[in-house]
Amino acid sequence: MDVSQYLEVFIEEAKEHLQALNEHLLILEKEPENENTINEIFRAAHSLKGMAGTMGYKRMQKLTHDMENVFQEIRSGKMKVRPELTDCLFEGLDALQEYVDNIINTQDEGMNDNQPLIDTLAHELEVGLKGEAAAPEPAKKEEPAPKKEEAEAPKANSVAYADHEKMAIKEAASQGLTTYEIHVDLQESCLLKAARAYLVFKAVEEFGEIIKSVPDAQMIEDEKFDLSFVVCVLSKAAPEDLRKRVLNVSEVKEVTIEKVTFDNVEVAEVKDEEKKEEEKKPVPQAPTASAAAAASTQKPAGQTTAKKAVVNRSVRVDIEKLDDLMNLVSELIIAKNGLASISPDDYAGKEKRSAYNEQIEYLERITGNIHQSVMKVRMVPIESVVNRFPRMIRDLSKKLDKPMELYMSGEETELDRTVIDEIGDPLMHILRNSADHGLESAEVRKSLGKPETGSIFLNAYQEGNSVVIECSDDGGGINTEKVKAKAIEKGTITEEQAETMTEKDFIDLLFKPSFSTADKISDVSGRGVGLDVVKSKIESLSGTVECRTALGQGTTFTIRLPLTLAIIQSLMVIIGDEKYAIPLGSIDTIEDIPIEEIKRVERKEVVNLRGSVIPLVRMADILDVPVRREEKNTVTMVVVAKGEKKAGLIVDDLIGQLEIVIKSIGKYINNSKIISGATVLGDGEIALILDTNALV
Amino acid sequence: MADIAEAGSIDQIKQYIDVMINNEQYGIDISYIDNIIRMQRITRVPKAQEYFPGVINLRGEIIPVMSLRRRFGFEDDVFTPKTRILILKPEPQASIGFIVDEVREVITLKEEEIDRVVTSEDKNTYITGIGKHTKGLISVLNVAAVLQEKEKGE
Repeated sequence: MDVSQYLEVFIEEAKEHLQALNEHLLILEKEPENENTINEIFRAAHSLKGMAGTMGYKRMQKLTHDMENVFQEIRSGKMKVRPELTDCLFEGLDALQEYVDNIINTQDEGMNDNQPLIDTLAHELEVGLKGEAAAPEPAKKEEPAPKKEEAEAPKANSVAYADHEKMAIKEAASQGLTTYEIHVDLQESCLLKAARAYLVFKAVEEFGEIIKSVPDAQMIEDEKFDLSFVVCVLSKAAPEDLRKRVLNVSEVKEVTIEKVTFDNVEVAEVKDEEKKEEEKKPVPQAPTASAAAAASTQKPAGQTTAKKAVVNRSVRVDIEKLDDLMNLVSELIIAKNGLASISPDDYAGKEKRSAYNEQIEYLERITGNIHQSVMKVRMVPIESVVNRFPRMIRDLSKKLDKPMELYMSGEETELDRTVIDEIGDPLMHILRNSADHGLESAEVRKSLGKPETGSIFLNAYQEGNSVVIECSDDGGGINTEKVKAKAIEKGTITEEQAETMTEKDFIDLLFKPSFSTADKISDVSGRGVGLDVVKSKIESLSGTVECRTALGQGTTFTIRLPLTLAIIQSLMVIIGDEKYAIPLGSIDTIEDIPIEEIKRVERKEVVNLRGSVIPLVRMADILDVPVRREEKNTVTMVVVAKGEKKAGLIVDDLIGQLEIVIKSIGKYINNSKIISGATVLGDGEIALILDTNALV
Repeated sequence: MADIAEAGSIDQIKQYIDVMINNEQYGIDISYIDNIIRMQRITRVPKAQEYFPGVINLRGEIIPVMSLRRRFGFEDDVFTPKTRILILKPEPQASIGFIVDEVREVITLKEEEIDRVVTSEDKNTYITGIGKHTKGLISVLNVAAVLQEKEKGE
């Protein structure tokens, strides 16, 4: 059975179901009586089991099945949700996740039977049932509901033909086409009946035209049928081939094919009981007449069936294709800039010039819109990253034996796909830090008069052209004295240095490599490879991370990330005889400063700008520009900001605002932190992009 | 793999691009070469290694270029109409340009025609061997070493 083409769908759906299970199990843990949740869990587990079975992942199916049994008992109220049980179930979910991971990597579920886990589940089931209800036997009745339905539902498997259909059959017969009635029985365990039916339809279509089905296509699509259905097809193929092909579709239990001739169409209304028996036997090509069942509601069929059940309006696209599209948009923008840089003055009159400008503006609007749209396509809600955190915090809470709660908001905030892929680990680090170091133990909290359960908050929101993610806790905050002592002890700073350092400087120390204040190293965090990794990761995404803390009240980490990575608005400047781009997002203001206003403080040049003292950075010095301009009476200063810190970059000239495409300058060239990349200007020239974060 | 296929022989014959650097002949394994272009305007990159004059724009792609003269400690480049930039693709996603004084021709060298040089850690050897060709002695460039040194030399 070839299921590889469904593998992707399976993986995606399995992930979704697992996520749903995780989420609902968390709720169930808190509200053991929540009926909706139990139902949701049951449904997800049941679907997962069916899918795993369909794909032939037996171990996964077995484990899910056993878990489902437990859910079943909980649902029917025979069992209570106990902490040991949820632990066990969470373990089960992890094992399932492992199966899925294996499948993603190797297309195989792996060899782990997870027998101990299954035993534990069985044990839990037994204990749970004994403790609560009378029934001691491990209840094996899975899914009683569908079975009942099966018994009651009318069998919709005999066909009645309308007059025009009889005509069609007759006509087909004269063209050498035989009409077959294909009776298909699906396995009782079949979950996606409509999907199976669809596959059967597709298979049958390979052989000829489907003229009708019972129940009709729409009802099959809506899954309004029991386990069997009938397809009528006009075909030249041998019935045995047809049968084989249909049996190839997984979860099809039995296929019976009957030849429909004009005659038995005519007498179709007679032999009711006879038919029913035959249908059970695997006799292909039984020449018996089919019967008309009163129950089968019929519309005049005749239209070709097998419509695809399209509900979802979204399409999954490979990220590489999007990258290609993005590159093309980049090219377009470069071409547009090139066009704009050709001055029409030389060869055109005033009228033509304005027409030219008009067209350029038009083009600018279009490229701008395309860029926006492509960027939007690449945007993914941050939810896909953060939805695993509640589970993580729950596990940490158990492990560290500290009661804690995670509150999340703004999960719908969208970020570029590339950022989303990278941001998970840093966030996890920070959350783990909060849980491990940030929050105090319950006893300490109690003695401090705080609620025993610690709170961790994760808020995401958009602010201008960037996305802000705040991670805060109401724990003890960072003890800067402790940081100071540790830093001196480790030799990171000297005591003299420590004297002059501010609170903020100490906190910045935490972002230095191999610096951890945890007194003991746990396997949760504290190995000193945390915050510096977080910082470098976020900076590699052109973002910033800041930390604010109040002793005794908690700590907040604020991560700021750019909305997009590939194309930005920038200010083009000239330094010496070289062109540089400064991202517009980091620019505060642009000022002309008379030379006499530049003051010196501690051998650094500063300027007092409307009450705030801003250090100056002479870009020509920083960049070792070979050609220097003469000093003028005023200098041009671009004030850039990083969080609350500001700096004034002194440049020689301003060119103007330009939309630029960020490109890497390659891995071989030594990249100082000042240069974040390069861009190609309209005339083919390269301008380097300055990373102002490194300058402030 | 590709180089053997291109050489069309199993007999360990490889093709090399014969280039001139400071009046010496060097051979660069042709399987590395992506393109050979004329001298272009180079944009300086501040704080880069001194043997990287900067980056160039090759059809919208930004490629760092290295001066082999500076790399080998020769006199600095004097750009002439013969100066070329060899574009190498050591990795699928990373290109690099080598500035050479002149590109002469493609030559083939058999394995036995090359005297292997024993590379030692401390010495800055950028060649894997000396090839004996009818046109004279040709130093076979160790491209990996030329690229790698950047971490040490920082």
